[in-house]
Amino acid sequence: MLQKEGQVRIPAGCAISGIFHKDGTRENGTRIIDSIRTMHDRSNGLGGGFAGYGIYPEYADYYAFHVFYDTQAAKEECEREIERHFDIVNLSKIPTRQHPRITDAPMIWRYFVTPLPTKLAASQLEEREFTSRFVIRINHTLNGAYIFSSGKNMGVFKANGFPEDVGEYYMLENYEAYSWTCHGRYPTNTPGWWGGAHPFALLDTTVVHNGEISSYDANRRFIEMFGYSCDLLTDTEVITYIIDYLGRKLGMTYSEIANVIAAPFWSTIEKQEPKERERLTYLRNAFASLMVTGPFSILVGYTGGLMALNDRLKLRSMVVGEKDDTVYIASEECAIRVIQPELDKLWAPKGGEPVIVNLKNGGNQ
Amino acid sequence: MAIDFLYPQYEVVRNNDRCINCRACERQCANEVHFWDADNNRMQADESKCVACHRCVALCPTRALKIVKTDHTFRENANWTGKAISEVYRQAGSGGVLLSSMGNPDPHPIYWDKILINASQVTNPSIDPLREPMETKTFLGKKPGKIERDENGNLVPNLAPQLELNLPIMFSAMSYGSISYNAHAALARAASALGTYYNTGEGGLHQDFYQYGPHTIVQVASGRFGVHKDYLEAGAAIEIKMGQGAKPGIGGHLPGLKVGPDISKTRMIPEGTDAISPAPHHDIYSIEDLRQLVYSLKEATEYKKPVMVKIAAVNNVAAVASGVARSGADIICIDGYRGGTGAAPTRIRDNVGIPIELALAAVDQRLRDEGIRDEVSVVVGGSIRNSADLLKAIALGADACYIGTAALLAMGCHLCRTCQTGKCNWGIATQRPELVKRLNPDIGSQRLINLLTAWDHELKEMMGGMGINSIEALRGNRLMLRGISLTDRELNILGIKHAGE
Amino acid sequence: MTTVQAGLTYYKQVNEQIRAAQDSEITVENVIGQRYIGCGSTDRKITVHGTAGNGLGQYLNGSTIEVFGNAQEAVGDTMNAGEIVVHGSVGDACGYAMRGGKIYIKGDCGYRAGIHMKAYQQHFPVMVVGGKAGSFLGEYLAGGLILVLGIGQNGAYPVNNFCGTGMHGGKIVLRCDKAPTDLPRQVLVSEVSEDDMTEFAPYIKEYAQLFGADAENLLSQKYFVLTPNPEAGYKQLYTFEA
Repeated sequence: MLQKEGQVRIPAGCAISGIFHKDGTRENGTRIIDSIRTMHDRSNGLGGGFAGYGIYPEYADYYAFHVFYDTQAAKEECEREIERHFDIVNLSKIPTRQHPRITDAPMIWRYFVTPLPTKLAASQLEEREFTSRFVIRINHTLNGAYIFSSGKNMGVFKANGFPEDVGEYYMLENYEAYSWTCHGRYPTNTPGWWGGAHPFALLDTTVVHNGEISSYDANRRFIEMFGYSCDLLTDTEVITYIIDYLGRKLGMTYSEIANVIAAPFWSTIEKQEPKERERLTYLRNAFASLMVTGPFSILVGYTGGLMALNDRLKLRSMVVGEKDDTVYIASEECAIRVIQPELDKLWAPKGGEPVIVNLKNGGNQ
Repeated sequence: MAIDFLYPQYEVVRNNDRCINCRACERQCANEVHFWDADNNRMQADESKCVACHRCVALCPTRALKIVKTDHTFRENANWTGKAISEVYRQAGSGGVLLSSMGNPDPHPIYWDKILINASQVTNPSIDPLREPMETKTFLGKKPGKIERDENGNLVPNLAPQLELNLPIMFSAMSYGSISYNAHAALARAASALGTYYNTGEGGLHQDFYQYGPHTIVQVASGRFGVHKDYLEAGAAIEIKMGQGAKPGIGGHLPGLKVGPDISKTRMIPEGTDAISPAPHHDIYSIEDLRQLVYSLKEATEYKKPVMVKIAAVNNVAAVASGVARSGADIICIDGYRGGTGAAPTRIRDNVGIPIELALAAVDQRLRDEGIRDEVSVVVGGSIRNSADLLKAIALGADACYIGTAALLAMGCHLCRTCQTGKCNWGIATQRPELVKRLNPDIGSQRLINLLTAWDHELKEMMGGMGINSIEALRGNRLMLRGISLTDRELNILGIKHAGE
Repeated sequence: MTTVQAGLTYYKQVNEQIRAAQDSEITVENVIGQRYIGCGSTDRKITVHGTAGNGLGQYLNGSTIEVFGNAQEAVGDTMNAGEIVVHGSVGDACGYAMRGGKIYIKGDCGYRAGIHMKAYQQHFPVMVVGGKAGSFLGEYLAGGLILVLGIGQNGAYPVNNFCGTGMHGGKIVLRCDKAPTDLPRQVLVSEVSEDDMTEFAPYIKEYAQLFGADAENLLSQKYFVLTPNPEAGYKQLYTFEA
């Protein structure tokens, strides 16, 4: 029998695409679907997904849990657990449309929640830590339930299939986001489990990723010391946790995070001015086990921003285009041109050098 | 007495057609195996004195000599082997404790040889180390686990003192006394040239070698020989030796005979007196006392140097290492039961301790389970024989490796395992000036540099094959390993899958 | 003179203040177990009031430390030179591996005092204990002198058990009325003659001067000296692997 994610490590290749409006303008999911469709041949139909930021303005202060259930029993148990720890202000099935190429769907539910004040106080944890621990615990221990999205005013939509089909299945034309990321998956060996598709998310951090990292187990065994549990055995999962740890827990900026996970070569560091040399040496040495090697291009979505990063050898393709206040990032130029033929600027970032875009003045949302 | 007669284990075979009676063998052999037989006008050998060190073989100009294992035998017995029988005779005749040198030679499993290494195919590219950057630079020391910023928001360098290694190999502790001045000179020079470290062992530091201080680890062991303020300040790091893989739980004894004028100076004891290292540190009887000694050294050197703690791999090594990690040590060194020694009771050497592969796997996992792996670096030794062992050790979780025996071999050691006699024909484990001078420190250091450079190349080649271009990404990356011919239990301890999984 | 208030301050800060002091004379008040006072220092005169913590004067390299109070474990551990005077008693493992300098203890010392003391060239370590000593006094002794005056012992043997085990150098001098009987086989014992006394008298006089004892009275008592027996050393008997 084939083993699914979590039982065996599955390497995968992929396509990624992202759209970001620096002025906070929101657009629906039509164009991001058109973009990823262009790169159809980079996926093999075994996983596709999207992350949209700013999609739930009416519930902006609530964590939006998107959950897959394999069984009714798992659903009941998970809902009991959520209710024990959170106040649920809204719950519903996530709307989908019948799609000929998307089959074997699990139950897909959405909950808008906020931690119960008494539980939160008793835990002596900060709210985001409380919530992330809950999510990690459910995913690690509750068989048949999988919380695949858990941030505020954002959401992940993913399934087994080609990404353009997945976008249509979830009716993304009905969601408006200032930031979209998207992923088409090409795993080498999987029965196609829905949870294994990208983006991978924890709280509002989402990662889509192309490439197979060679540092996987070094990173995994290290990050698991800090309360994370890498249940999917995928690269994207461990990268997400690393970014969450360095950013949310240690307080690093995204550019510092990039200097850790795609640390420059020592020979490159040597060439810097003394202060910069010291800073880069420090980051590389102090957080050595979180360096990621092997080919990768990633898009990291977070509230109010987007980071694109290539591995330091730039073993994966990635281009960035700009038109007015909108930034496009994709594995291939065609995926940008197809939705925005005219660009002010188009470039391929250097390996290890992050492209970070943030909302101007917090956007107008 | 006739029962104590033991036929020599090795025979000296001389091809008299080739022998030109130059008597080089006689001059080269400190064991006095070869002698001139004037009556018969030819060279003879007393093989009972031969240790199979090959010095005579290597220097015979006409290749007239070879050493062969004798075919003389007791009646075959799988239980009472010739070795077992001989040892009984030897002890019955002398009443002595069996003493031997270097590492455990017994045919126990070598786990390194039952671990295979991964390589990239298709989904991830391999990297050509000759043309693309490939990094093996390693820092050892406690990592901060958090960042701090100054008032301008800039990162404050909050790292504890670190050791910077250009490659993840260091020379392990071998005291001046157990090995010669020239051997130490070769190690010190090679470590400096390579950008790594050698270790004084518990023999103090010779005045001539203070110049190599930035590449020296100074050891503090139970006898505290040569330990004083200047010594502590001379090194780049201080290592507290709690145990040694070849003889866990056992102290040391350098006989007064070997304590000549020079060694007397480095150990700071009178000439000709015995240098006894007690089995334990008598100021450490419990883990909190270790913390006390660690911090005494940090106080004495004003917190400027990493403090390392070396322990032998024994049954509960993971728990011990966890305690050490919480005692303020910056680096833990674990020495496996195959590690070498200048002299150890044979029964201890061959029966006490556990393999470094299992110890390392257990320690690394334990420290991760407790969330403190980043509080300490882990260095392993005993025994790392080649770059594949090195790579496997790092993938199991080591930060760097110590090599001792391999370094001695590079300098000419032939592993005859008779260091304790002090008659090393290769000028390494001896203090006799006429033997010491046989080891040219320039050549010795060059050979050490060659060895480590070659290993570093091989390491990079294997890393490139698995698509890893930085040693950080190999450390603890156990998915890069697979076991072969191992039981589930062994795989479980090593934390690796079986080949084919 | 610099005064440092220890109180409940952590040792690291206290020692930083001591190291940073411009004066060579430093008084540390209200010491409550702060460790490593004077550790590794060279030319200071440090006065300690209170209970000195573990590792007092460890690796001491020439400084003088005087404690008004007791000191805990590992006083003068691996000390190279200097002087430590304790107007009280000390804990275990005092003077471990001490190579040079002097330690004067007014009262008693705990277990394992003077283990592996050694002498070298001009270095000659001396430990003088006014009262009694715990077991394993001078274990592995390789050099130097340990003197136990047995004040208040009424002439009884002033060491607990296993005195001088593994001793292979140095001397242990004990004040008692009768020669100790349960010493290891490798230790020789003899009464100190009047001639020999000249070798030890200066230390006894210094003790008396430091702590206000009656030197004449102490000098007039009976002493025994323990030395290693070169004929019956601790050498392990070995036979070699073939």
